Amino acid sequence: MGSTSAENSKPEGVGRRDLIKRSAALGLIAAPTMGFLSACASSDSGSDDKAKTGKKTTKNPLGVNETAALSVVIFDGGFGTKYATDANAEYKKAYPKVKIDFHKTQKIQSELQPKFNGGTPPDLIDNSGAEQMDMGVLVGKKQLTDLTPLLDAPSIDDPAKKVRDTLRPGIVEMGQFDGDPVWIMYYAYTVYGVWYSQTALEKLDSTYPEDWDAMLALCAKAKKKGIAGWTYAGKHPYYLPFSLYPFIAKIGGREVLDKIDNLEPNAWKDPAVKAGFEAYYELYKKGYILKGTPGIDHIQSQTAWAKGEALFIPNGSWVENESASVIPSDFNLAVGAPTGLDSSDKLPFGTIWASGGEPFIVPAKAANPAGGMEQLRIMLSEASSKNFTSQVKSLSAFNGGTDGIELTPGLKSGVAALEKAGDNVVNPRLQDWYVKLQKEQIGVAGLGEMMAGRLTPAEAIKKIQGYADAAAKDQSIKHFKHQ
Amino acid sequence: MQHGKYRFIGGFLVTPLVLYAVFVIWPFIQAIYYSFTDWTGLSPDFKMVGFANYTRMLDDDVFWKSLQHSLLFALLLPLVTLGLALFFAFMLNVGGRRRKGAAITGVRGSGFYKIAYFFPQVLSIAIVALLFRFAYNPNDGVLNGTLTAIGLGSVQPDWLGDPNLALWCVMAVLLWSTVGFFVVLFSAGMASIPMDFYEAALLDGANRFTTFFRITLPLLWDTVQSGWVYMGILALGAEAFAAVQIMTVGPGGPDYSTTVLPLYVYQSAFRDANAAYATTIGVALLIVTLLFAAIVMRLGRRERLEF
Repeated sequence: MGSTSAENSKPEGVGRRDLIKRSAALGLIAAPTMGFLSACASSDSGSDDKAKTGKKTTKNPLGVNETAALSVVIFDGGFGTKYATDANAEYKKAYPKVKIDFHKTQKIQSELQPKFNGGTPPDLIDNSGAEQMDMGVLVGKKQLTDLTPLLDAPSIDDPAKKVRDTLRPGIVEMGQFDGDPVWIMYYAYTVYGVWYSQTALEKLDSTYPEDWDAMLALCAKAKKKGIAGWTYAGKHPYYLPFSLYPFIAKIGGREVLDKIDNLEPNAWKDPAVKAGFEAYYELYKKGYILKGTPGIDHIQSQTAWAKGEALFIPNGSWVENESASVIPSDFNLAVGAPTGLDSSDKLPFGTIWASGGEPFIVPAKAANPAGGMEQLRIMLSEASSKNFTSQVKSLSAFNGGTDGIELTPGLKSGVAALEKAGDNVVNPRLQDWYVKLQKEQIGVAGLGEMMAGRLTPAEAIKKIQGYADAAAKDQSIKHFKHQ
Repeated sequence: MQHGKYRFIGGFLVTPLVLYAVFVIWPFIQAIYYSFTDWTGLSPDFKMVGFANYTRMLDDDVFWKSLQHSLLFALLLPLVTLGLALFFAFMLNVGGRRRKGAAITGVRGSGFYKIAYFFPQVLSIAIVALLFRFAYNPNDGVLNGTLTAIGLGSVQPDWLGDPNLALWCVMAVLLWSTVGFFVVLFSAGMASIPMDFYEAALLDGANRFTTFFRITLPLLWDTVQSGWVYMGILALGAEAFAAVQIMTVGPGGPDYSTTVLPLYVYQSAFRDANAAYATTIGVALLIVTLLFAAIVMRLGRRERLEF
C-alpha cells in the first residue's frame, strides 16, 4: 500500500530553484553554527573580574583583599578533607569578612575541566587522585599562577624566614617544570618503599634484608611457613616502581633514573634496569609472590598483607592511613628502603624515593589568586602542618613539625628512613610528567605482565623501551628534562 | 485543504525539533568539529590540525584493540543475552504443560524465577561490577572458593588478572546483569500472542521446540530486533565502559586485553588531557554504532506477521 499523502501528486524531485533556496538556508544555519562553536570552546570570561589586591602589610605580605571571597576545591581521598577545612577556619580568623566557598570532590577533572575551559576556576585546588588534571598540559597552556610570591613571602611562624626555606628538600623543584616559575605546591611529603610488619619479621627471627640474597633467603623461610614474600596491587601494577625505581637507582646510580625520566633512547637498556627487573622476576619464578596477586586491587592486596599473608608490599606512606582499619594493633608497621642487589651497588643501602604529594595549584584565571596563595601560606605554618600530620599520619612539605606529636609506627619509621637516606633521596618524575606512560604502559603492560610471569625481564624491557620511544616522539605530549 | 498544512504541522514540530537539535544533533556536530583540533580540554585555546587526529588514530594499536573488543561485545553479547532471554521467557510463559487445566503455562515456580531474573536489573551496573570484583578475587573470591569446595583446588585462575580470561569475565557480568530485562521484555511480548495459536499447535501435537520456532519466535521478531539494537548499544557504550572501568586491571588491562572504545575515549579525555583525540575516537564509536544499528535493521527485515 502506498501512502496517501498529497506529496505524491506533485512532480517528482527537487527543482533547481528549490535546491538553491535550500542550500542558501543551510548556509545560513551553518555559518553561525561554526561561529558559536568556536565561541563556545574559547569563551574567556573570568579573567576580567579578578579581585582587587589588598594592601601589603607585614601581616598580609601577599596583599590579600580582606573582603574577596575565596573558593577552594579539595580532593577527598585517603587524607580526607578535615585538614583543609581547619586551614579554612584559620584563614577566616585572619580575614573575618571573607566568605569561603569550600568544595570537596573525588572527581577533580570532570568537575573542574569545564571551569578551566570557561575561565572561571576556583582559587585553590588540590589536584590529586585518579582524576588528577594533567599538570604538563596545565603548565603548557598557561593555566596556572606562578607561586614564587608565596615562596618568597615570610613564613607564618618566623617572619625572618621565607616560606621557601621552611620546606622539605625537593618540594620547590618538584613544582617547577622548565625554568624558574613554581607552578605547584606539593603539600604532603610521601615516603615510598617496601612496607612490612616488624612483628612478622621478628616471628621469623629475621631483620629487614639489605641485599638480594638475604631477601631471597627470607622469602624462602617465609614460604616454608606458608607466608608469601611479596604482594602488590596487581590491578594497579604502577605501585611496583615505588620500590623498583629506587632499587634501580641504588644499583646503577641516580643518572639511570634521570635518563629514563628524560626519555633518552635506550635508557631502559641500562644494565642496572636489567638487574633490577631480573631480581623482581626471580620473586615470581621462585613462587614468592602471593598467589592471585595479579588479579587483586590495591585495597585487596593491602588487606591480604595486613592479615599476614605476605611480608612485603611496595607502597607509599599513605598506606598507614588507608589501611588503618585492617592493620592489627601489634603489627608494628615499618617502611624499608629498597633491598639492594649486592656490594657492587653504586648507592648505599637506605636510598629511598621520597617526594611531594597532594599537588596544590592556584589557577591563572582564579578570581582571587592572592587568597589562594595566602591559604597555602597558612597551611604551611607549623601548627597547620602538625594538624595535618597528626590527622592523616603523613608528613607535610613543612620541614619538621613532628616534635611534640605522637608519631604512629609507620610515620616514625618513615622519618627514620629519611634520616638514614640523607642525601640519597631519589625522585623519579615519570608519574607526574608522563602519566599514561608510567601507569598504563610501564605499569600495567610492562611490569604487571612481567610479575605475572607472562613476560621475561628482557621482553618487558624491550616493550617498555618501545613505549618510552613512542612517548618521546609524540608531539601531543609536552616533554620535560631534569635540569 | 492543503492551504497552511506545513505551517500547521511545523507549528507542532518546531519545539521538539529545536530541543532535539540543541541537545542531540548539536553535541555530535561539536564533537566532530573538535576532532579536527588540538584541543586539550583543560584550556580554551586550540587550533585546527586537519586530519592529524585521524591519522594518529589509524596508527594506534590501542585503538584497534579497543575497536576489536567493542565489536566482539556488540556481536556476541546480544546473541548470547537474547538467546538466553528467549529461552528463559519461553520456559516461563509457554514451557510448562498441563497443569490446572490451562493449556499454556510456564514451568513450575515461574513466578519466582521471573523475580530472580529481574533482580540484577534493579542494581546499577556500578554496584554489579563492584560485587563481581569481589567474586573474581583470586584469593578469597566466591568463584575460586567454589572451585576449591568442589575439589578443584588446583584450578585457581586469576580471572581479571589473566589476559585470556579478563574479557570473558567482563562479558559474563554484562550478561548476568542484562538478561533479566530481556526476559521481562520477551515475556510481555509473548503475553500478546493469542492463546489459540498455541492451543492449535498443541492439538496438532507440536513439541516445545517446534512451538518455539514456528510460533513464538516469528511472532516476537519485532521485539527481538529492537532488543538486539538496544543490547548492542549497551554493549558498545555505557554498560561496557562501566564494567571495564570498575573491574579490570589498569583499567583496560591486563595488557590492553579489555579496553573498549568508550573507555579509551574517557582515558584520552580525562587522563591524557587530549580531548580532541577523545572526540576523534568518539566519532569512530558513533560510526560503529550507526553501522551496527543499520546492519541489524537490514538483516532483521522480514515480512510482518499480523494477528
